[in-house]
Amino acid sequence: MFIRALVAALLLTVAVTPLAADAREDAKKQVEFGIGVAQKNLWREAIFWWERAAKTDPTYAAAYNNLGIGYEHEGDLDKARAAYEKALELEPDNTYIKQNYELFKEINDRTSRQNQ
Amino acid sequence: MTARAARISSVVAVLLTAACTSFYEIPIETPIRAKLDIGAFQRVLVAGFISGGSEDVDSNLETTRLLRSQLRNKSELRVIDVDVLPLMDVANDGREAGEANGSSAQPTAIKDQKDLEPFEHVFANVEYWKKIGEEHQNPLIVTGTILFLPRTSNSIVQRDEEVFDNLGRRRVVPTRRFVERKGFELNGRFIFIDGRTGAQLHSQTFGETVMYSTQQTTPALSSYFELMDRLIPNFLSTLSSTKVKGTRILLQ
Repeated sequence: MFIRALVAALLLTVAVTPLAADAREDAKKQVEFGIGVAQKNLWREAIFWWERAAKTDPTYAAAYNNLGIGYEHEGDLDKARAAYEKALELEPDNTYIKQNYELFKEINDRTSRQNQ
Repeated sequence: MTARAARISSVVAVLLTAACTSFYEIPIETPIRAKLDIGAFQRVLVAGFISGGSEDVDSNLETTRLLRSQLRNKSELRVIDVDVLPLMDVANDGREAGEANGSSAQPTAIKDQKDLEPFEHVFANVEYWKKIGEEHQNPLIVTGTILFLPRTSNSIVQRDEEVFDNLGRRRVVPTRRFVERKGFELNGRFIFIDGRTGAQLHSQTFGETVMYSTQQTTPALSSYFELMDRLIPNFLSTLSSTKVKGTRILLQ
């Protein structure tokens, strides 16, 4: 019984690992495409690709980081905060994400203070 | 040995992560929406301010002039050019009525924030502002309080100084010095009133300080403009959308 369960777990791991790797590869391509269009100032399209990447691989911090930047550029500050926080949740020690989030918070906090 | 190996492996891991992550610096412009919806107004009247503090600067007149010129250049509203309203007199008229009802007298000279308080009732005078609005085709009215005050500060500052002994050996010795500074502070409130109803739409308080060394001679008017320069972006962002420029790091 134990051996059967062990074999099943092993098979599942073997089956899932390439799937996860494929998802990351696909998401990376989508993120890369998004970066290319963002550099051409096509931010809405960039957001589309990064949203797709985040859906393809929900553990890919770069997709959420870039989404945070895209939303910030579009003035959607609530969504930007959520995206940065998700990115930091996935990679809490990533200095780039931390830096982006700090800069975002500085603007957002200033705006909220002015609105009070 | 184990600790050293762990440290090395963690450094390698960090380096590997950094090596695998591509990053691109990208300029962005974050749009900040205007705090006030001014779609209903075509005109703006900077009416004047209850002001006080330094006698070297007429902060009521200067602020009115400066805000009108900024709005003329940086907003789509048509700026109404009329004489500055005598708000102190209006408040004093209100005082006379108040005194008849037994309320306390207002100070003659405004020297601090407390002195402004007895005049604040003028901003809540809906009938007065509605009348002003009718006279100028229902504009958005900008008014408020301004207090421009001289300021001094004294403090002990510790600095490291180089000292050489008889043998020419250099030593760094912490020394404490008494530092005197002078400058100005600008405090107050911008109030936005709906000229159609006389009601307050929005108000924002502000406070800025500039300090110089005592050797520096800076005219009061220069300091006033230096402080106003810091307040203007915030004031304008109330009426129109602005964009904050910056850079972010895209990751792959």
